[in-house]
Amino acid sequence: MDQVSVAPTEIERPESAEETFAVPEPDVPWVTLVHNDPVNLMSYVTYVFQAYFGYSKDKARKLMLDVHQKGRAVVSSGSREEMERDVQAMHGYGLWATLSQDRN
Amino acid sequence: MPGHFEPVPGGGAAIALDEVEISILRSLAVQLLELIGPGETPVEGEDPLAALFAEGPSEPPADPALARLFPDAYVDPAAGKPDDELQEASSEFRRFTENDLRTHKREDAMAVVRALDSLTVDGEGGAVLKLTAPDSVPWLRSLNDLRLTIGTRLEVTDEDEGAGLYRLPDSDPRKPMVMAYLWLGVLQETLVETLMP
Repeated sequence: MDQVSVAPTEIERPESAEETFAVPEPDVPWVTLVHNDPVNLMSYVTYVFQAYFGYSKDKARKLMLDVHQKGRAVVSSGSREEMERDVQAMHGYGLWATLSQDRN
Repeated sequence: MPGHFEPVPGGGAAIALDEVEISILRSLAVQLLELIGPGETPVEGEDPLAALFAEGPSEPPADPALARLFPDAYVDPAAGKPDDELQEASSEFRRFTENDLRTHKREDAMAVVRALDSLTVDGEGGAVLKLTAPDSVPWLRSLNDLRLTIGTRLEVTDEDEGAGLYRLPDSDPRKPMVMAYLWLGVLQETLVETLMP
């Protein structure tokens, strides 16, 4: 695939490999994180993951256990706008959610 | 045994409540409505459309219970102190979403109040509340909001499970709130079970 570069053309580019790495990627996905909370019921959190994201019971339960045991879990990923929508929906259900850019 | 939800054959949930339970639930839902706030009802003489375009707050609520109901969207609690960019993104998110979120939470609590008000108490001082599966969703969310609010007031932590808070002597002023918190947990747990066969 042809690549269109917006970087200024330079005659000498000894650090091209690193430069490529440093170019901001618009496609770096954002993620919605749900954080552990001492109040929310495990069954309710599982229900929310099933009802809102349409996840299977197994997947919803696994994510819930991650939240409970590891303190947090990535529950969805996508564009920033999509993640803002998911975070707002999670807040509507009373889950403690944040979004961040996935740098892993 | 305090009331709890049971599945209704064919879908939905039902619970037998006595007058005291109805009155406690209603009072808690009304207190939640008051905490969340009256909303952006337009002042008389002002353009009612203006409320539609009004921006929400940019700072988190000072009340810890409200701050839990309306958390910062870009501030990861595990990541330490957020930088200015994340703080600004959280503020902007809040300006454009918090009013909406408050409206939805009020609607959920109003659904609880309306359902309780529709009950007719029989000669024995009780009534059976029936919820369809779709009716159960605002109830679940509102029960959760109530538990978050009371849990924040009681400073519930994971370590409290089965410990101190739940074995308070009757003389402790927090006892009634703890009892309400536990009962709301039973209601929410049994209601969510009816939605997850």
